Amino acid sequence: MNQVHALAGGRAASAPLMGHETEPTLFELSVPGRTSYQLRTTGVPERPLVDLVGAEHLNDQVVAVAEVSERDLVGHFTRLTHRQFSVDLGAYPLGSCTMKYNPKFCDTVAVEPGLVTVHPGAPGELTQGWLALLVELEEKLCAITAMSAVTLQPAAGAAGELTGLLLMRAYHRANGDERRRVLIPDSAHGTNPASVTLGGYEVTTIPSNDRGLVDLDALRAALGPDVAGIMLTNPNTVGLFEEQIEEIASAVHEVGGLLYYDGANLNAILGVVRPGDMGFDIVHMNLHKTFATPHGGGGPGAGPVAVSARLAPYLPGPRATRTGEGVYEWTTPAHSIGRVHGWHGNAMVLARALAYIDVNGGDGLTRVAQHAVLNANWLRRRVSATLPAAYDRTCMHECVLSATRLKAAYGVRGLDVAKGLLEEGFHAPTVYFPLIVDEALMFEPTETESLQTLEALAQAIERLAERAASDPESLHRAPQSTPVSRVDEARAARHLIATEDAAQR
Amino acid sequence: MLAFLGMDSLEQLFDHVPAAVRLNQGLDLADGMSEPDVGAHFARFSAANRATSAAMTCFAGAGAYDHEIPSVVRALASRSEFVTAYTPYQPEVAQGVLQAIFEYQTLVSRLSGLTIANASLYDGATALVEALNMAAGATGRSTMYVSSGVHPHWRAVARTFAQGTGHRIVEVALRDGMTQWDSVEVSDAAAIVGAYPNYLGVLEDMGEYARLARDSDALFVFCGDPVAAGVLKTAGQWGADVFVGEGQPLGTALSFGGPYLGLFACSVEQVRRLPGRIVGETVDSNGRRAFVTTLRAREQDIRREKATSNVCTNQTLMAVTAAIQLGWLGTQGLRAIATRCAQGAHYLFDQVVQIPGVEAACDQPFFREFALRVRGGAREVLAAMAEHDVLGGLEVAALTGGEDPSVPEGIDDLVLVAVTERRTRDELDNYVNVLRKVVR
Repeated sequence: MNQVHALAGGRAASAPLMGHETEPTLFELSVPGRTSYQLRTTGVPERPLVDLVGAEHLNDQVVAVAEVSERDLVGHFTRLTHRQFSVDLGAYPLGSCTMKYNPKFCDTVAVEPGLVTVHPGAPGELTQGWLALLVELEEKLCAITAMSAVTLQPAAGAAGELTGLLLMRAYHRANGDERRRVLIPDSAHGTNPASVTLGGYEVTTIPSNDRGLVDLDALRAALGPDVAGIMLTNPNTVGLFEEQIEEIASAVHEVGGLLYYDGANLNAILGVVRPGDMGFDIVHMNLHKTFATPHGGGGPGAGPVAVSARLAPYLPGPRATRTGEGVYEWTTPAHSIGRVHGWHGNAMVLARALAYIDVNGGDGLTRVAQHAVLNANWLRRRVSATLPAAYDRTCMHECVLSATRLKAAYGVRGLDVAKGLLEEGFHAPTVYFPLIVDEALMFEPTETESLQTLEALAQAIERLAERAASDPESLHRAPQSTPVSRVDEARAARHLIATEDAAQR
Repeated sequence: MLAFLGMDSLEQLFDHVPAAVRLNQGLDLADGMSEPDVGAHFARFSAANRATSAAMTCFAGAGAYDHEIPSVVRALASRSEFVTAYTPYQPEVAQGVLQAIFEYQTLVSRLSGLTIANASLYDGATALVEALNMAAGATGRSTMYVSSGVHPHWRAVARTFAQGTGHRIVEVALRDGMTQWDSVEVSDAAAIVGAYPNYLGVLEDMGEYARLARDSDALFVFCGDPVAAGVLKTAGQWGADVFVGEGQPLGTALSFGGPYLGLFACSVEQVRRLPGRIVGETVDSNGRRAFVTTLRAREQDIRREKATSNVCTNQTLMAVTAAIQLGWLGTQGLRAIATRCAQGAHYLFDQVVQIPGVEAACDQPFFREFALRVRGGAREVLAAMAEHDVLGGLEVAALTGGEDPSVPEGIDDLVLVAVTERRTRDELDNYVNVLRKVVR
């Protein structure tokens, strides 16, 4: 099986990023008087601004933007793209981020004029298509998660978490129940504890056991009547399924707590197991991960929250609702916590996600999970002699490997391996997370990379291990073939230059 | 691949998932459809939306405006290197996004007149929430005095998140479009919050806000419109500590409300409390200029429960788009569209207030948007205008969800009208004719 033809099926790894020339900033390219804008001929009578708004409101200075021609604008931003790695360019096994290929078809949806030119404040009678779309997406997300109702407003996963915690809070308060603490495993994403604080709760951290799973005894010891709930990622951030989920769920429910499902890793279980069937009460999904809406260099995402029937009355409003055959209206749940977004959420992201769900269908989504898990396990096994897994057994959609051995033998750390992979033309895995694994390298190949790509990645890892033995110093200096070499992060923090104007000073 | 793992079926990969919770019958969803079939399905959604820019002339605003987005901006912003990357965790292969964000931060800093801007937040409403959290951290207090001239949805979002933080949100009433600050005592304020223009379009004296904030040692949080910021006094010039805004007018389509862009800038004193990401300039190991996310110790993945914010994924693509759109507009273009918005709005206002049954809701200076009182009720009049393919504005009562301290004079007949640089004189004249026809 290791004798894979190196190029068969394509090798989604490459390093054709631009060379070492730095690109001037937009402001450095600026020439006074140069323009590229054109405006519609309107024929509206011109009047001096001062007559319209009054001198006391006008800025007596000109706000400088940049003055460039259209050609220079295109050159500048195109050259910037040549200094940027992306999923379309090559494999991006950044663990926990689900950097799968984003089907081009869904981009077509995103520019559909009948969707994209609609004002969010237009009344429901004039936006029936959008309301229908949102309702259909809600129904499909319910089917995927085994939940009863969904809010589509949260703009990202972390926004969904906080929304979920506010729902938890509203539910307990409605039952006359002031609770104080939320439990979180020590392997959790940092957004979890940050959201808990903003939700008005205290964090109680639950340790993991030596199998990388929630320590059930420690969990039971931490439970009490003041526990509002637990936030769990399943599979967890070590890429392992919490096999005792039924015991966890009944223990938490026994004290009146709720189970929150962090959907960061939902890709692993699509069509295999549903959060509702595991006993979860609140679920957020990262549509930009699981449902392949592009990550945009760090957003936009979308973080809908699905809940079981008993929490539905507290959902944010207004919600698109079917009120008759082919008739839709905005309604607000009886005990709504209120709005969590300025309008209806990241609507165009929601539309893309629906298109992805429809193209895949129930059968296709199940295959997504199966192949994501297959790829992660194949890679884990394939590189086990070089980078052993922190927990060496069947994982889900991602595997956490450890560079401990390379560090001990040659002083080469996980970060060095990650930087070396950039030189090899791959995006790096997530490094030093989760915190419970020493020298963690978290690989999530996703279902969209081929066997040939995984083999190329494995061979790159092996080459780096050989380099660690023969020339460790070169790995401390890596990467050198990228647009810039290792950057001085300490200097950036010590001497903050966050704008061109600060750079000028 | 399965053989390499010693397995003979994909299902075996999930053997360790307890059988009791496993889904055996598959998802209750139809099987996958072909692209053309899904395309046809989506075309039906599109066809069921009447309020598209092709079918109706848009005079709706309230933070979401129908501005020109030229081909060059659409082409550059849809390049897959920007679209399909993620957060620049590996700066050596992410200089494109990092430098574009650095340029965006520079532009937001200039538009706000404040020193530091972050790399974006979700939208204007959630940016306001982050500003309130910053004010609580800076002052050790928890009462927020918010002008009810701040967008009703933003106030609603602030109220929602206050359920978790425990902040007290005091919404200060308006009269004739102006905030009645003499009706409240603000010495315990963490933040004094106002909008410029306010959501009814009115330009208030923001110097009053700065004085109140200074006298009570509170932060002055300024909610601004980035297009207005091209010509009006900046947040910094008015003495604000924090600027937040809805960045949609900077190159993002109406998109039924999202994804939009939360603008956030502040004075240098608050930088350690800044939510979200910041890109900073530095050098690489060979001394070349490079960009990197910095001051990371504030962020959730490092500080966990003590972080300044829980924000992780933000709206980077919209921030990059804003930098491109502003690059296209340039110094002159930004002034030109701001001026045209004001000219168009005033041209329209001067005519519609002559119509019997239509009157100005406020007698105050305004910029690009204004509120009218229409005889026969806002909802009815707007519905009648829609029959003539004019999206004549927004029903204020629909924005507020009912009675609201921003309009103690009554709400059911209030229409909010916005004009952008895209509206021609013919379209404005048609608006006047249609409104005259439908108001009885």
